[in-house]
Amino acid sequence: MFYGGKTTVTLIPGDGVGVEMANSVKAIFDAANVPVEFEQFDLSGHTEKNEILSKQCLASVRRNKVALKGILYTPLSRPGSVSWNVAMRKELDIYASVALIKNSPGSYPTRHKNVDIAIIRENTEGEYSGMEHSPVPGVVESLKVVTREKTERIVKFAFDFALKNNRKRVTVIHKANIMKLGDGLFLKTARDISKLYESSGIEFKEMIVDNAAMQLVSKPQQFDVIVCGNLYGNILTNVGAGLIGGPGVVPGANIGREFVVFEPGCRHVGLDLEGKNKANPTSLILSSLHLLRHLGLNKEAHLIGDSLTKVITDSECLTADLGGSSTCSEFTRAIISNLHNLS
Amino acid sequence: MLSSLRSNFTKYHSLKQLRLYSSSNITSEHGTKTPDGKHVVTLIPGDGIGPEISRSVVRIFKEADVPIVWEEVDVTPFLRNGRTTIPDEARHSVNRNKVALKGPLATPIGKGHVSMNLTLRRTFDLYANVRPCKSIVGYKTPFDGVNTVLIRENTEGEYSGIEHEVVPGVVQSIKLITEEASKRCVKYAFDYARTVGRSKVVVVHKATVMKQADGLFLQVAQDLSKEYPDIEFGEMLLDRACLHMVQRHEAYADTVLVMPNLYGDILSDLCAGLIGGLGLTPSGNIGLKASIFESVHGTAPDIAGKDLANPTALLLSAVMMLRHMNLEEKAVLIENAVLKTIAEGKVLTGDLFGKATNTMFTDEVIKNLKV
Repeated sequence: MFYGGKTTVTLIPGDGVGVEMANSVKAIFDAANVPVEFEQFDLSGHTEKNEILSKQCLASVRRNKVALKGILYTPLSRPGSVSWNVAMRKELDIYASVALIKNSPGSYPTRHKNVDIAIIRENTEGEYSGMEHSPVPGVVESLKVVTREKTERIVKFAFDFALKNNRKRVTVIHKANIMKLGDGLFLKTARDISKLYESSGIEFKEMIVDNAAMQLVSKPQQFDVIVCGNLYGNILTNVGAGLIGGPGVVPGANIGREFVVFEPGCRHVGLDLEGKNKANPTSLILSSLHLLRHLGLNKEAHLIGDSLTKVITDSECLTADLGGSSTCSEFTRAIISNLHNLS
Repeated sequence: MLSSLRSNFTKYHSLKQLRLYSSSNITSEHGTKTPDGKHVVTLIPGDGIGPEISRSVVRIFKEADVPIVWEEVDVTPFLRNGRTTIPDEARHSVNRNKVALKGPLATPIGKGHVSMNLTLRRTFDLYANVRPCKSIVGYKTPFDGVNTVLIRENTEGEYSGIEHEVVPGVVQSIKLITEEASKRCVKYAFDYARTVGRSKVVVVHKATVMKQADGLFLQVAQDLSKEYPDIEFGEMLLDRACLHMVQRHEAYADTVLVMPNLYGDILSDLCAGLIGGLGLTPSGNIGLKASIFESVHGTAPDIAGKDLANPTALLLSAVMMLRHMNLEEKAVLIENAVLKTIAEGKVLTGDLFGKATNTMFTDEVIKNLKV
């Protein structure tokens, strides 16, 4: 929503390191005079589900169409409670998750150079269907659902993403040699869709998921755009993050026809770092830059992006995950002080 | 006092070192023996490069005087009542001998056949797959100091094979988790940790999303952990496990990771990728009726029959098999000779950027046996 020159965006900081990361983004947006007004909802997975707050929050996203979100903790102990993260993606039908795996600039040593991969993941079905039952004690069935309709739209999304972002290759990940019907449908649909893009010059490749994990750690440069089902996306995003410095530097977005929710690509809650001011807010800052570009605020996105790149390249003020010893707030202040030098 | 402590320490560590490519000897194996006390072991050479790397193992075992007699069988499958079945002779051989070594197998193309690996797992109830990965001196990768052991549930989970098309364009695949299968796999992981001297067992799961299925696997592990007070127990989300295997695998040199089928499939190949690929990692399938040790790489039809294949993975699997049979001394001898050959770097096959043939590599291993 756009009022008086400002755009309203829903903000859900989430649990774990979410609060400090969100505070970092807010401070940077303030300092850069970004014309965005946040409507903040402090949802948490630790407390019993707050129906009213979560309804208000979803209504806010529906109104604003755009949200910035951290990750909510999902408790194991409460049977029947679904992950709020998963529920929201289904509710808003934000079907495509994009995570960007790219080497950070600067001196942080990574195991591989020139990694630049976009992992596109189906967000609404597959292994995350939530349909499970126990016919007799000690036996559980969990349903993985694959549909042609949802596979078509995610593979189309991947090819369109490749076209728009000038990428050259789309690799579909599957396990159709074992799950002949489920992953078989995913693979066949991907092949069909790829034919529609033949004239675009984008190369189409297929890879079995276990091989993909192995190839990612040995020759990650061979990947450009990856498209896969829900669980494989989760796995490969984390493997990819491990190559470039961890979840703290991987941005992401969940995109549907109507709504976009920007959130860190690796979806780690980070309970172990909560409240310690040690988190690296880069993943949420980068996600917020994609949000700004989505809103057409390219000038602001550039400014903050340049400042962030400079702080990471200078390597004088880095958080522990990138080999530094600075706090989240020191890192944030360094970005802000750069803003003033750059603008 | 100090020196005795030190020697115990060294002993403990060398024991761990030595027993890495082990399946542990905890299942009671009463296979077949020849009148002169040699063990009979079923050999499934396999397809593609399988026969040549199997010949390499047989030659090295002979030179090392391993007390084993091979019984070679063919497992080319056929369909019996619509099920992929291996020939009776092969089935009887494995059942009789309890131990088998197997090269890579191609799954026949055509409708109705399930993969050969799946067929063998089902035929012999191979419930746990053991996959150790250790950095190999002489083959440098971006990842140093890898020393992981993964144990994967082998019979159900995402690979249950139960799938159906509800209406055109809508498929359901069933992930099946049972208490029984989870229990025997996790129990094996604890016993394995104990035998090889690793102090921790960590169960990898995604019970945040698959609350009942992975929840059951996790629950079984939690319950079993109480029977192993000497082994530290931990739980880890799949997300974190993937991240850690890449970023900080060093932290798991004292851990046995245990997990459902699909996660194990993916993570074990990932770990193999860390040290240089499937050509360098062994694998053991532990079962109720028998145990089958195998190289998990493909049949490599492009180089088959050209004497170019690297037999290391099958050799290390054979070493694992020897430990499983309590032939520790021979296991050490052969393992050291293989690792020494690679570490020296003089005679290496093409996949390790050398120019040697399989035969030359095998000759060099045999030479190193005698050193």
